[in-house]
Amino acid sequence: MALLEAATLTKHFQARRGIFGGERGTVRAVDGISFAIERGQTLGVVGESGCGKTTTAKLVLGLEEPTGGTIRFDGRDLQALDASGRRNYRKSVQAVFQDPYASLNPRMRISAIIAEPLVTHEQLSAAAVKDRVLELLDLVGLPARAADLFPHEFSGGQRQRIAIARALALSPKLIVLDEPVSALDVSIRAQILNLLRDLQARLGVSYLFIAHDLAAVAHMSHQIVVMYLGKIVESGAAKQLARAPKHPYTEALFSAALPSHPDERRDEIILAGEVPSPLNPPSGCRFHPRCPHAMPRCAEEEPRLAAVEDRVVACHLFDAAEMRRGAAPRLEPVAQAG
Amino acid sequence: MQGNGNGMTGAPLLDIQNLSTHYVSSQGTRVVRAVDDVSLRIHAGETLGIVGESGSGKSTLALTIMRVLPPAARIVGGRMLFEGEDLVQKPDAEMRQVRGKRIAMILQDPMASLNPLFTIGNQVGEPIRVHEGASRASAWDRARQLLKSVRIPSPETRVTQYPHEMSGGMRQRIVGAIGISCEPRLLIADEPTTSLDLTIQAQYLNLLRDLQRQHGLALIFITHNLGIVAKMCDQLAVMYAGRVVESGPVSRIFNAPSHPYTEALLNAIPRMSDGDQRLTAIDGQPPDLAALPPGCAFAPRCPRAVTECLEAPPPEFFPEEGRRSRCWLTERSDIPRAVLGSDRRVATGAA
Repeated sequence: MALLEAATLTKHFQARRGIFGGERGTVRAVDGISFAIERGQTLGVVGESGCGKTTTAKLVLGLEEPTGGTIRFDGRDLQALDASGRRNYRKSVQAVFQDPYASLNPRMRISAIIAEPLVTHEQLSAAAVKDRVLELLDLVGLPARAADLFPHEFSGGQRQRIAIARALALSPKLIVLDEPVSALDVSIRAQILNLLRDLQARLGVSYLFIAHDLAAVAHMSHQIVVMYLGKIVESGAAKQLARAPKHPYTEALFSAALPSHPDERRDEIILAGEVPSPLNPPSGCRFHPRCPHAMPRCAEEEPRLAAVEDRVVACHLFDAAEMRRGAAPRLEPVAQAG
Repeated sequence: MQGNGNGMTGAPLLDIQNLSTHYVSSQGTRVVRAVDDVSLRIHAGETLGIVGESGSGKSTLALTIMRVLPPAARIVGGRMLFEGEDLVQKPDAEMRQVRGKRIAMILQDPMASLNPLFTIGNQVGEPIRVHEGASRASAWDRARQLLKSVRIPSPETRVTQYPHEMSGGMRQRIVGAIGISCEPRLLIADEPTTSLDLTIQAQYLNLLRDLQRQHGLALIFITHNLGIVAKMCDQLAVMYAGRVVESGPVSRIFNAPSHPYTEALLNAIPRMSDGDQRLTAIDGQPPDLAALPPGCAFAPRCPRAVTECLEAPPPEFFPEEGRRSRCWLTERSDIPRAVLGSDRRVATGAA
């Protein structure tokens, strides 16, 4: 059984248009997505702004209530939990955010920052708290004297280590990592990514890893889900998905990732246009207005996620009937006139 | 105007020689050597990537070229020969004729670069009116053409709109349109795509490349992202603690970096084709620019540092034609083994 299972998870926001709030609309931020996070593994979520990845993270953290669907954690439905069950859940799921300059209170000492979850959730003696803080500092590779200092005395990478120590304080089963290295310098990123992987191997903690750096997600994740406008368009094992994307959006996204070497020449797929507003998503397949392979039916009928070889893909091109008709599943990338 | 292609043979468009820009505190007690003894060249039609981490001095270098430094900063030495004229010596009034016309700049945050109170047409047309004395009407005509050239759909209506009515990608293209409005010879882009989504970033980089080809522009990319360099640039300069530690043709540096810092940076980026191996992290932190170590600034973090490295800052070596490297090890093959000795490796404690 997976640690966390989300089934047709949905979050719609009511939006008012205009200053007089006359017209109302619905932002379909997350629209019926299903995924699972395995124990001791990392699920990577990729997609561009407005795809719903941050809303997904908030739903998992319990910071937003879903408008539909369920999240099951350790087999139990979150909606059905009583107060103490909710409290337990909040202990088991922690977060590390993007900006370590904003996520640490500048007026608290590091010892107090790391101890805060312990003080809130556990009845521990002062000595036990202190021991645990030192243990956590050691775990994330910071010296014991860091406990008495303030956040401004640390660099970005060290602050992110402090944020990780705080997230680990309650021995959580799942940590939501929302762009954990985007704010850090290149030479420091590798330190933090290595630390996160070491901690996973040591503690068996699961990660929900959200980042726009596709290579970092591919490096860190066991599974990847690709989101577009609130929907999952493709999901599968990380390495295979990164190496050979199937959905035209995934293909375009990974082809837009920057090369790691100047001799690496890839077929570039430059998508036309921009991500449409989630307030008024396109009919049928939400990607069809930008898709280089769109067919008439893509505008009418929404594709369902279906198993294609080693993964699931939501695209009519992989439909059995279409494949018989010869809409080749491995498409020659069509570079649109740039 | 025609650019003279990628010819490396002609005189460089911009030739920076031993340039230094320091920030001096009001009491004069603290000196930050943000740009220190930097030499770089760029030819017409070429793309130069300047890579460095925060605090490496890459943005100060860009501001120095534009001569738009904050009051605390001083150009303390060196020359910047642009089309044969030394920009360091140019009076402010003459510099205003260069800025925006012959050298233009695109900044990171398109929202901060655009004035929210003026229409797009107004802002794209402004440099044309200022530098070419064009009338309001003809500036608007040009603005429309420029929006079209940066692929803004329906430019006729867009010129009358305000920045808040555009998406991030569109705003950044508008900033690009302002940049090329007076057909500059050199365009400096300071982290132009960090605020953009991946597919929008790909669109924008392609647009910049097309504009460069059409206008024979020289392009300087200031970035922390080696991927952008791999994709876009011909030449690369790697900055660390205010100095260019390595420079040369991009593919030669990627294939065989000469400076250990460059090598470490290249190894620290995760790659799509990676297996499960650990990333090679660089230990420690970048140094404080106001209190640099006496030797090479990278020595405390360098896995290959020898005693020389801690004693004196390395000068520029020329490992091969067109390449420079500030590392004592570059010279190592020339130094007799007996002098250098293999036992002089120093243990480096992680900071």
